[in-house]
Formats: sequence, C-alpha cells, structure tokens
Amino acid sequence: MDVKAEIIAQFKQVAQEHDKRLAPLTDELALLNSGLDSLCFAIVVARLEHSLGVDPFSDDEDARFPVTFGDFIRFYANAKS
Amino acid sequence: MQKAKPVSLRSSIIASGTLSTRFLVGFDTKATWGELVNGSILDCAPEELRGKCVLLATTDQFRASAALIVLDGIARRVVLFPPDVSLDHLAYVANTAEANVLVTDNAEAANAQHGIDQILMYSRTATPVPVDRGEQLETEWILLTSGTTGQPKLAVHTLGSLADSAWETRPNAASIVWSTFYDMRRYGGLHIFLHAALTGTSLVVSSALEPVADFLLRAGAHGVTHISGTPSHWRRALMSPWAGRIAPEYIRMSGEIVDQAILNQVNAQYPYARIEHTFASTEAGVGFNVSDGLMGFPPEMLTRNPKIEMKIEDGTLKIRSTRTATRYLGSKSPALKDTSEFVDTGDTVELREGRYYFTGRRDGIINVGGFKVHPEEVEAVINRHPQVAMSLVKAKKSPITGALVVADVVLKPLNGEKEADALRSGILRFCSAELDAHKVPVAINLVPMLTIGESGKLVRRHA
Repeated sequence: MDVKAEIIAQFKQVAQEHDKRLAPLTDELALLNSGLDSLCFAIVVARLEHSLGVDPFSDDEDARFPVTFGDFIRFYANAKS
Repeated sequence: MQKAKPVSLRSSIIASGTLSTRFLVGFDTKATWGELVNGSILDCAPEELRGKCVLLATTDQFRASAALIVLDGIARRVVLFPPDVSLDHLAYVANTAEANVLVTDNAEAANAQHGIDQILMYSRTATPVPVDRGEQLETEWILLTSGTTGQPKLAVHTLGSLADSAWETRPNAASIVWSTFYDMRRYGGLHIFLHAALTGTSLVVSSALEPVADFLLRAGAHGVTHISGTPSHWRRALMSPWAGRIAPEYIRMSGEIVDQAILNQVNAQYPYARIEHTFASTEAGVGFNVSDGLMGFPPEMLTRNPKIEMKIEDGTLKIRSTRTATRYLGSKSPALKDTSEFVDTGDTVELREGRYYFTGRRDGIINVGGFKVHPEEVEAVINRHPQVAMSLVKAKKSPITGALVVADVVLKPLNGEKEADALRSGILRFCSAELDAHKVPVAINLVPMLTIGESGKLVRRHA
C-alpha cells in the first residue's frame, strides 16, 4: 500500500467527516495549520493503524513528534520499513 | 424497648398462603412452596447449622432457593456465591465472611481452596425434616458485587432490607407465574424470588446451563405472566426465534440503563404487556419503578416515596432507605454509606427538559482528550439504529487523545444481504447526527455476540 496516498486519503476523509477545512497537503505544511483538531488526528492515527498496520506514535515512545505533513509521512514510512 | 422478633423467610412464605398450589420450578426440578417450607434438601439436620456462617455455592438456582428457605432464621449468615464468580475467589469470600460451612452441589467447589472444614452436598429431593423454629435469628444475607480490585465485595443485607414490607398476597396471586432472566444469587433475581415467595405466586427460575432459547420455551410452557431481566437479557431474548413463546402481562427491566429503543422493541414484541423499568442496585436496594413507557424518570420520582430518600449530588444518584445494604464485610472494605447514611450509587444522571436520564457509571467514563464519554449514552444511540440488536462501547487507547471510542455491534438476525461496510458507515452516520464528535465511535466492529455476565449485564472491561 502506498503510505503517502493512504495518509492523504485519511486526512481528507476525516476532514470531510468533521466538517474541517483542510489546508493543501504540502510537505512543508505545519500539522497545527492543517485544519484538523486533535480529535481528528487521533482518528487519523487510529484508522492508519487499521489500514497500514502500524501506530508509530505508540510503537516508539521516544520518537520525535512530527511537526510538518512531510514529517508525518516519513514517520509512517519509517515505521513501515 | 424490646426488639421485634425476627420473621424468617420460611414463616413469611407460610403466611403468604396457597402453599400446595404454587410452585418453584427449576431447570430439572419442581416443588410446591409447601414442600419447600416443610422439608430440607440439605444433607444434614438443619439444626446443626444453627448460628453458623454458611457459604452457599451451588450451580443450580432451585437448590440455592430451597437452601435459603431452610437457612434463613437458623444460620447467622448466608453468603450467596453466584455460579459465574470464579472459584478462585472462594477462599477470599469464605475468609471475609468467616464462613464455617460450605453448601454446594458442585464437586469442583467442594474441592477448591476455601479453608472450610464442614462441607455439605445436596440430597436429591426435599425430604420433610423437623426444624426447631422456636428461636429465630436475624440471618445476614451476603450478596457479592464486583469490586474494582478484582475481588468481589460482600454487601450485607437481611430479609428485612431485601423484602418489601408492603408486599402482600393479592387475590389473583394464584394465577401469577413470575420468572426472571436473572440468577437469584444476584440482587435483581433475589428480589423476584422473594417477591414471588412472599406474595403467593409461582416462580420459574432459569439456569446458567440453559440457553436463552430453551429458557424461553420452558417459561412459555409454564405460562409465565410476569418476567424481569436486564435490557441486555431482553435484547438477547428478542433476537431469539422463541421470543414469541412467552406472552407476559408484565415485564420489568432493571440493572442497566434502559434506553428508548429497548422499551419500544419490547413493547412491539409484547404489545399487551405492562412494561416498567426499575432502578435498583445491590447496595442501594430498589429505588423506584418507571411505568410511563419512556426512558429516564421524572424528577418527582425522587420524592414520591417518603421511605426512600433520593437526591442527585455531583451528578450521581444517592439513596437512603431501609432497603439499602448495611455495610461491606471485610476490614479493608470501603464504607458502603456516607456519614449521613446515603448510598452513592455511582450512577450518573443528567436533567434534560424536565426529565432525568441515566448517562452511565461514574467509574466507566471514557476520557477523549479531556471530554467525557459515557459508553451507555453512545450505546443508546447505536441501539436505535433499525438493524442493531445490541452494542458495547469501549475505549481504545490513543496516543493523541488518551482514548477514543470504539463500538462492538451485534446486528439483528435476518439482516438481508447488506454489505458490512455499508452497515458500518450507516451506523456511523447515525451516530454523527446524534452525538458530539468525540462521542462518535472511530470504529464499528461487527461481532456475532456480546458477553453478558451472569449478573445479566454486558461485561465491560474498563480500559
């Protein structure tokens, strides 16, 4: 599964379900400015755990929290590899 | 002032009359109440048990009922050990209750670690034995409730706190056949057992070994007219093709939050039955009955019965009455009542548009990023979905918000060919329309069945 495509799909899906206006998902986009609130992020992470089979937030407690959308994708890509 | 002489269960049953024409019907045994008050199925002379603390750990409800009739008024204390509680707890319960006699029909219980010297097995049938009832003790009845530490808590009642002094034999009692999905070692079942015993009716008891379908068939065959259970019991019963085999005149629900969906579904299945829901708990006793067909309760319920004082404090229901348990046994046990003798039920309520609604258990709250979610509130919404039979909402750990809400859902039978994914999203849309975002489950798992404990309640494992 294409990790990046799946992440983008989940961001869009959750934003739509929660009536959030999603900012253009560029690598530089700060997650805080993405338009999603913490509940939406929690839901994205839960759904990615289901679809990708990993939850890098829980799997590695020492990992640095992603700040940008690009970090977020790398965070998952590294966990998958 | 001289204390009133305690009245035993046996003499109360005799006073209720019609002993030879009404029955206690078990899974594989049946006896008239007359046979039960005049005989004993214990494998010893009842007099040998005078003043002792008896741990009653039988598999069968009929035998437990028959033993209670013999023991109340003779034993100092009777501990009702439900068949679903692990025998690993037997030693703790025996020790805490200072039990010196174990009565059981179960070789596994007899051989388990319990530290009791005297073990009595049952004889097959109730045989008449003379019992000296000259001196009656006020026997303590010990009911087990689930504790937060894993060990059960032992709540102390007496016949006086469990039976309602206002109960009397009604003229039509002979035509009433009570039954209950509850086990009579649980408060909800014990209440019905005593109600039937003391108001002159028959009673059909279920068995832990009996599938719901078989119980419904048996209850139908015995012409059950009055029947009680938890909403979970009823949801399971309505899923059975044999739900139509009983035709009750009266239905009672208690023990869990009653939502509008289950009230409506039971009403649709049994349109001629009067349906009530009761608030009761092992510690607080019976609070009130609601009979207007709506979930929740009107505020005047709190003041309707002067003998039962109720108040809402910090969002939870508190009760002070003669029906409450007096204390927990055990030196390390928490206080059962506060300093003004009120029992905190731990059941949370919310006042909305002039009516109180139960929202859940204070200790079962899911915390989603600082927002509180009562699983029962979400279940009530899911259960209103036309294709849902029952649901269990629970927490899923989240690295972002601490927890999220997920739901296990059992669909109604004969659901057609609808795709699971379509059903899941339909249920989610239903939730999104009714609930705040943090209360909407992030995942719906379709499961074949949910576990209902012997207490009749959904088995919840708090995260």
